[in-house]
Amino acid sequence: MRRVYLDNNATTPLAPEVFEAMTPWLTEGFGNASSIHWYGQQAAAAVEAAREAVVAFLHAQAAEIVFTSGGTEADNMALIGVVDAAKTPGGSKHMVTTAIEHHAVLHTAKALEKRGVRVTYVGVDPSGIVNPDEIRDAITPDTVLISVMHANNELGTVQPIEEIGRIAREHGIPLHTDAVQSAGKIPLDVDKLNVSLLSLSAHKLYGPKGVGALFVRKGTQLRPLLFGGGHERDRRAGTENVAGIVGFGAAAGLAMRTLNEEPDRLAGLRDRLEAGILQSIPSVRINGDLKRRIPNTSSVTFEFVEGEGFVIAADLRGLACSTGSACSSGSVEPSHVLTAIGQRPEQARSTVRLSLGRFNSREDIDGALKVIPEVVAHLRRLSPLYPECAAKSDGAGAALSSAPK
Amino acid sequence: MTIAVAMSGGVDSSTAAAILAGQNSVDAGGEQLRVVGLTMQLWNQRRLPVLQGGNQSDVRPGQASGRCCSLDDVYDARRVANFLGIPYYVVNYERQFEETVVRPFVEQYLAGETPIPCSRCNTEIKFEQFVRTALSIGADSIATGHYARVRRDEAAGRYRLFAAVDPSKDQSYFLFGLTQEQLSRALFPLGEMTKEQVRRIARERRLPVAEKPESQEICFVPKGSYRDFIDAYLGEQGEERDDQGGEIVLSDGRVLGRHQGVHNFTVGQRKGLGFATGSPLYVIEIDRAHNRVVVGANDELSKKSCRVRDVNWIRLCCEGQTVEARVKIRNKHVAAPARVTTQPGGEALVEFTDPQRAITPGQAAVFYDEDEVLGGGWIAEAF
Repeated sequence: MRRVYLDNNATTPLAPEVFEAMTPWLTEGFGNASSIHWYGQQAAAAVEAAREAVVAFLHAQAAEIVFTSGGTEADNMALIGVVDAAKTPGGSKHMVTTAIEHHAVLHTAKALEKRGVRVTYVGVDPSGIVNPDEIRDAITPDTVLISVMHANNELGTVQPIEEIGRIAREHGIPLHTDAVQSAGKIPLDVDKLNVSLLSLSAHKLYGPKGVGALFVRKGTQLRPLLFGGGHERDRRAGTENVAGIVGFGAAAGLAMRTLNEEPDRLAGLRDRLEAGILQSIPSVRINGDLKRRIPNTSSVTFEFVEGEGFVIAADLRGLACSTGSACSSGSVEPSHVLTAIGQRPEQARSTVRLSLGRFNSREDIDGALKVIPEVVAHLRRLSPLYPECAAKSDGAGAALSSAPK
Repeated sequence: MTIAVAMSGGVDSSTAAAILAGQNSVDAGGEQLRVVGLTMQLWNQRRLPVLQGGNQSDVRPGQASGRCCSLDDVYDARRVANFLGIPYYVVNYERQFEETVVRPFVEQYLAGETPIPCSRCNTEIKFEQFVRTALSIGADSIATGHYARVRRDEAAGRYRLFAAVDPSKDQSYFLFGLTQEQLSRALFPLGEMTKEQVRRIARERRLPVAEKPESQEICFVPKGSYRDFIDAYLGEQGEERDDQGGEIVLSDGRVLGRHQGVHNFTVGQRKGLGFATGSPLYVIEIDRAHNRVVVGANDELSKKSCRVRDVNWIRLCCEGQTVEARVKIRNKHVAAPARVTTQPGGEALVEFTDPQRAITPGQAAVFYDEDEVLGGGWIAEAF
């Protein structure tokens, strides 16, 4: 069975050059980067070289990068760290975020609410884009943080961060953006984006799992989440994950080098995939803003198809994809992102995410285009809601029991 | 052929999966046999935090109690599937489980009945939803760890259901609601085995769950207190019990005391009546219309007949027909001889040869011919 991986928004394969860069730091380069001796100095130098690579990737400065255990920790650090450090005249605190954030932001905001912080969740338009004016309108005198994701993980839509950043700056409020899904797919420049904080995760850009970073603009007040040693300029205690950080640096370097042509290649493959789906399957829609989106993500609603069944049936035929985000699949509530763009629960449950990556080829797309219509036709045949007449005209696909050996 | 195995993470379903996965990988028709493991996520154990003795954020997954689908069991099922090298997925039926099992469970108690959620779960979830999911992912049939047997009767063109070989483990009582379509898709690899044989296979195959104890409770009711569960569930839903209590009376109408809601009682119950009398008293009837709990002596508890609703016939039976059968009125009841007469509206009248103790509305009455399940339904009233 030929396997095709179209779930690159969940995680990406480790790039061979990243793996190669990491191996010395899993073997002979075992030093603790905080140690005084030679071993420690070697490790510290590797960490700082990786930091430089991330700095260059974001157009930031070395002192502004804090390595973390991943995107989730970076988001937690940004929200909790800024809100805790902020002081307001009356003591009450408020933050603004959106209804389509990743759970790492959304659930952290909920946790802050339990601690008495007021949170405004700004909605999005039906294509999944936030209106900056609504962000402006949500600001109150005690607003201490705005957090708006850069690219949405389920839809791929890219938010107008530059404009929101200008608004934030006018009001003197720090803006955080979760750039985990945009990194490596569209250029990132913390100055152009007008952000004070930005979250990254290595494993979404062909680096290892368990490492990420938070960009913290100079002058931004931040209380640490973890206490212990004085690592990361007293902002994140804990012995550095040296091999992981080195891998992250290599992945950031790789992303920079490929940012000229890879997005166009991905967009070409995605367009091929979407055109193939629309051609072969009736009652389908592509969600999100078709122009303002990262080039690798397709959110597709197949009417009368249960997304959960689709994902399993496709996987048994070698195609890996997901409903919503990996973190929310298996949950009973329809995706909050799809709900926010106005999908009814049954539509949201019929929505599948296909996300492409660096290691996908044209052959992968053509392979996926064989599996998808067959699975959809099979599921629709079983659906009591799928109209008879539509079923007859829908000739695509043979029975699923003839799975490829 | 592809078989979807329902894996709960317990010994039985794990062994069923192991037996199927260990079979020759070519089926009778020469086609490759493929086994896929699926776990049904039915209930979020952290959902009613008041039952856990803390607020929600304090409850760690490991502490969540209740057995059948706790997080632990999903982990166990996944471990077994990995161990067997079969594809494995978790499917979420929480919404359907609440609608078709949990809510009716609460409503039946509030209506003065004593429900058995496991039967409804089998019919509505494990065979209805699960078969649907199995077909949708490309499977042809399903397998579970139930102790029961299915046979195809070529002459009648129907599928027949039989009790398991091991009477101590037989679960056919819970399966009376299965349709022909569901039976035609169902495989019960443990139906011919004893519990000891199943344990032995689990040990021989070195399944990671071979020594796991069996679960006994209703899976979504932590620590077995259904009353606490009902209160917590209604509280979560923002609903109030309209039954705020009533009288406890003797069968001749004499009032003995008051109760706090009919859902606290079940027919045959002796403890917890709230007062002491000379001779032991039992709940003999729950009269929801008047919010009365009727109590009486032990001999008043025995009745000769009952009306059964929503009857499902596995072996065909025409309306107005009478069959001699042995009828089981709860899982641990020894099936007793009775005449079963079909009635209009999918009902049946069961007349026992000898009076039976505590025939309880809400429980199932299942009709057997020797070890074959003829059909069954829900006890509506006893008289």
